[in-house]
Amino acid sequence: MMEAKKGRFGIHGGQYIPETLMNAVIELEEAYAHWKDDPDFNRELNDLLNEYAGRPSRLYYAEKMTKDLGGARIYLKREDLNHTGAHKINNVLGQALLAKKMGKTRLIAETGAGQHGVATATAAALMGMECVVFMGEEDTRRQALNVYRMRLLGAEVIPVKTGTATLKDAVSEAMREWTKRISDTHYCLGSVMGPHPFPTIVRDFQAVISKEIKAQMLEKEGRLPDAVIACVGGGSNAIGSFYHFIGDPSVRLIGCEAAGRGVDTFETAATIATGRLGIFHGMKSYFCQDDFGQIAPVYSISAGLDYPGVGPEHAHLHDTGRAEYVPVTDEEAVCAFEYLAKTEGIIPAIESAHAVAHAMKIAPGLAKDQIIVVTLSGRGDKDCASIAKYRGEDIHE
Amino acid sequence: MSNIRKAFENGKAFIPFITCGDPDLETTKACVREMVKNGATLVELGIPFSDPTAEGPVIQEANERALAGGVTTGRIFEMVKQLRQDVTVPMVFMTYANVVFSYGAERFVTACRETGMDGLILPDLPYEEKDEFLPVCREGGIDLISLIAPTSEDRIAMIAREAEGFLYIVSSLGVTGERREITTDLSSIVKTVRENTDIPCAIGFGISTPEQAEAMRKLADGVIVGSAIVRLVKEFGKNAPSEVGAYVRSMTERQP
Repeated sequence: MMEAKKGRFGIHGGQYIPETLMNAVIELEEAYAHWKDDPDFNRELNDLLNEYAGRPSRLYYAEKMTKDLGGARIYLKREDLNHTGAHKINNVLGQALLAKKMGKTRLIAETGAGQHGVATATAAALMGMECVVFMGEEDTRRQALNVYRMRLLGAEVIPVKTGTATLKDAVSEAMREWTKRISDTHYCLGSVMGPHPFPTIVRDFQAVISKEIKAQMLEKEGRLPDAVIACVGGGSNAIGSFYHFIGDPSVRLIGCEAAGRGVDTFETAATIATGRLGIFHGMKSYFCQDDFGQIAPVYSISAGLDYPGVGPEHAHLHDTGRAEYVPVTDEEAVCAFEYLAKTEGIIPAIESAHAVAHAMKIAPGLAKDQIIVVTLSGRGDKDCASIAKYRGEDIHE
Repeated sequence: MSNIRKAFENGKAFIPFITCGDPDLETTKACVREMVKNGATLVELGIPFSDPTAEGPVIQEANERALAGGVTTGRIFEMVKQLRQDVTVPMVFMTYANVVFSYGAERFVTACRETGMDGLILPDLPYEEKDEFLPVCREGGIDLISLIAPTSEDRIAMIAREAEGFLYIVSSLGVTGERREITTDLSSIVKTVRENTDIPCAIGFGISTPEQAEAMRKLADGVIVGSAIVRLVKEFGKNAPSEVGAYVRSMTERQP
């Protein structure tokens, strides 16, 4: 609906990649155009989403949280209840199925917190494909449990030591690997970023989130929500949560960026708050960078939001003012992580806790008949050790 | 005729690459002078980028060392100005789109023209996106060099027809770095290029030995060598210029 030029969202997007990869992305674009409306493909994908991944995910009324905050009614979209524990599986099942139709036998992926890597390893195991996951060495330490899960699922995990050894370096390394081996390999990109057609494909596969929210909300409340809140790194769960509401101007769309230690410090990953327009990882968008265009080493307690850019469609939604983007600090996210555990008995991923934190900020100021939906993109088991450490407790054996 | 095409007029071109500012700009300058003295016909100057996605480990590390040493785009333009006092062979920049975009394309191209640069290679700017910088490069008289890869196939003719300066033919899949053997069918790529343009073509990626250079010279109009030189700079640091000079001599003296 908003691609003016092929693969563009306003001025953002495009295909800024080495010539070596051009025919691969063109092949992907053509295959996607062919399969996306194919009834058999969609039947197969829906079966996987429903029977294997456990969709539709619940839209849960958080009654205790609502009462405690004393304002808007709060609903939680429970992507954390999906198989593998996060929204990442929605996109991965779609891409893996597409890759199979294209005759690819090998999936490669980048991962930050490890959720996308786990989802890709899972789909590869299910579909009998080879799988290699690139993960920043720093993240393999922060998310050791997910590294083990990926290996258990039969994937090879390659720790990336270059640069800041986090998500951006994992993306760079996955891109390099793809240029080495294209014919049998599909790069299963995990967020709404990178060169066209990835931002569109990933968005379409994640749009099931907002499609379900809309139907569930109409069923439960008989009306649309007043706001939808989701965390944004590259922005896949956020675009998935926003997409079917973009044409409904009464619904506020709020993306929560990781501010790390604060947007006035260098230790932040809040791209829209602190970044500038640039060209990187195949796309034109906003990036944290220095005066000479060198990509900044970003920081967040959350390995999944620790990325110096943001997907091009979010950059465009920011430009047009259709969506708002707000920074949330480590401390706020950790407090929300603890709050949701104690109040609702739900331990959210530290990524998702950024969205919970913002809901906690705005809900008390809203009227009691207003409705907020917060997407819980993933579950927080993986984060327990690092949050304990943040609070000064060492729970490693 | 662009200055770049002149580099291909007297026999086959030898095009060495060096990352600017590794370990410092004084060493880079001395290396460039040594390369020219020993037979380089065109020099490719790398402006370091924090996340060079088309590079293998050798050039990635050179980028990190150069940036850690404090090199900036502005200081590299200063260095070019000084080199141009005595270096007359054409010189092109190789960097990433964000470096140019962030500096401001117009400001960048103006600085190229004023300091005496002849061309620009951006490995993350394929045919589909070249309008990002092509109009401003044309206006400033800077050749925007196009690349052709082993996977380009049906795209070769389209790219070749609109190419400027010279065509950079990527020898192998993957990133930059030395390779024991090159298995791509380069002669058929070069044949398609020749059918579509009279612009010279040079082959790069993976070439490090005089034997490989000789084989590539038989196929194309020139040879590009990067990682092997950057590795020498890493090994010898500030003492690299004479080593780099000797290496360039070994690579060029077999020239017919």
